[in-house]
Amino acid sequence: MLQTYTYPEFAYVQSPEQAAGEVKRHPVIIIGAGPIGMTQALDLAARGVASVILDDNNTVSIGSRAVCYAKRPLEIWDRLGLGEGYAARGIQWKVGKVFFRNDLAYQFDLLPEEHHKMPAMINLQQYYLEEELVKACDANPLVDLRWKHKLLSLEQTSGTGDDVATLTVETPDGVFRLQADWVIAADGANSDTRRMVGADFTGHFFQDRFLIADVVMKNDFLKVPERWFWFDPPFHRNQSVLLHKQCDSVWRIDFQLGWDADPNEEKKPENVIPRIQAMLGPDAEFELEWVSVYQFACRRADNFRHGRVLFTGDAAHQVSPFGARGANTGVQDCDNLSWKLALVLKGDAPLALLDTYHEERAFAADDNLLNSTRSTDFITPKSRASLRLRNAVLELARTEPFARPLVNSGRLSTPTLYAHSSLNTADTSAFDGKMSPGTNCADAPVTVNGQAAWLLNQLGDGFVLLCFGPGARPVSVGNVTARVLEVGKDLQDAQGVLAQRYDAQPGTVYLIRPDQHVAGRWRAFDAEQTTAALSRALALA
Amino acid sequence: MALNRQPNICNPDSFYDELIHAQRDLTDDQADTLLAKLALILANHVGDRAVLTEAIALARHNTLASVSQA
Repeated sequence: MLQTYTYPEFAYVQSPEQAAGEVKRHPVIIIGAGPIGMTQALDLAARGVASVILDDNNTVSIGSRAVCYAKRPLEIWDRLGLGEGYAARGIQWKVGKVFFRNDLAYQFDLLPEEHHKMPAMINLQQYYLEEELVKACDANPLVDLRWKHKLLSLEQTSGTGDDVATLTVETPDGVFRLQADWVIAADGANSDTRRMVGADFTGHFFQDRFLIADVVMKNDFLKVPERWFWFDPPFHRNQSVLLHKQCDSVWRIDFQLGWDADPNEEKKPENVIPRIQAMLGPDAEFELEWVSVYQFACRRADNFRHGRVLFTGDAAHQVSPFGARGANTGVQDCDNLSWKLALVLKGDAPLALLDTYHEERAFAADDNLLNSTRSTDFITPKSRASLRLRNAVLELARTEPFARPLVNSGRLSTPTLYAHSSLNTADTSAFDGKMSPGTNCADAPVTVNGQAAWLLNQLGDGFVLLCFGPGARPVSVGNVTARVLEVGKDLQDAQGVLAQRYDAQPGTVYLIRPDQHVAGRWRAFDAEQTTAALSRALALA
Repeated sequence: MALNRQPNICNPDSFYDELIHAQRDLTDDQADTLLAKLALILANHVGDRAVLTEAIALARHNTLASVSQA
């Protein structure tokens, strides 16, 4: 097979603690150096928390795997200094085509909303994503990334007033033990950590297998990147196929196989190549770069916190690949967990704040599972009647615009609003627009010192009072302060987009969490109300 | 607006005649597809989510009740 990418091999280094034979206690140990584990470590570091990442391997993701990253994760990576690089490198497709059987059913143009720093989504091979994360981790003095460290067992002591997790880890130098105040399991859908703590992982709403292939196109296959989705194509009857472009002339093809398929038979090149040739036409010249069979179920852990162990990403929840909800939702787990864990470790917030990690992210996981299940129900109808309705929608879609919104080939992952979160303070005045408490802040173009800038880049790492005009003062609860960011002074809303998105009037104030979510908002600053909202957002109220 | 469960089609005989004759020359499979499309077209025309929920529930309950009586 062709190789457009050379997999790096990261050096194993024996840790000083293993060499010295001491059992060292760390504030946070993260299991798994995938996109989620590394993002978690970088986000904790941004909040002043040191962590150790243990990974049993020593390279990046083999194959492209997660390919599509949506706006919100890109905004989170932008907060960590990686967003601009990803946005520049990633592929953005504009035209989507839906095929049914032999024909094009319809095509559509993606019309992303204007005035956001980050694009609606990009396609980028997971290995490129991870490469940048590894570099950022290595450059960060608060991140200790250790390759070839395999977790063998994990024990927790609790109720002693000094809860701790003890990890037994194997390296090329043998077995040693280390301790952590908190363990974050980011070790994927087949999480060993989850098994070790005995967390339930339930809810087989749907299960299926996919053959995923990275293909290098040799001739000018398509001038502009497009996304093609086939329902019941002649070259793969009764199944679905997805084609989309990544970097370096690499195209990703996902063949749905069904649960009964034999994965080993299906991924043999002599079976894969004719299928791709039939799909792309006799003139297409291509080479296979990577083929894998991926199987999944829709399910989630019963609780994202088990004592001192916190679950993130696929270790906490697994969804179908439609809509790119795996990595995207995992990065939002990190965003939610980091500031809470940092405040709890510093003693600035109670343990109850960490329980809101489960509250908010399990709610998001359930929302993702619902969306993912709806997509799979459309793509793989479960009964004769639902197959008939699905095909009726696709046939109508050829000529009838009304049918097109019913076609569900995976909805692009968008953030789940924490609409019912216990950290929210409910509105007491009327507001229009989308920025209700629990919503992630929409970006907007602003001007800072006469220079074009973006709102999200001004929010920093702590709590912020975004006030439209003068009148607000910083408020504090214990050691936690919400600083003031004043529109008209610290930044200018030159184009009026900011005021429009936040339905702002002179005097309007938003309390924004460290993860850029709205905690509360008022038509005028009131120190008492704002302080109470900050207290509530820290799980103190 | 609630689902209208009272007669609302003027000249019901001609409507019913048109509905069944729309299936002439079709295979059973095509006829079933026609009915599925008709449901989708009319649902879109109605648009009101609450009314659609009521209509779906009525069709389901009526079907289940009819089976238990058969």
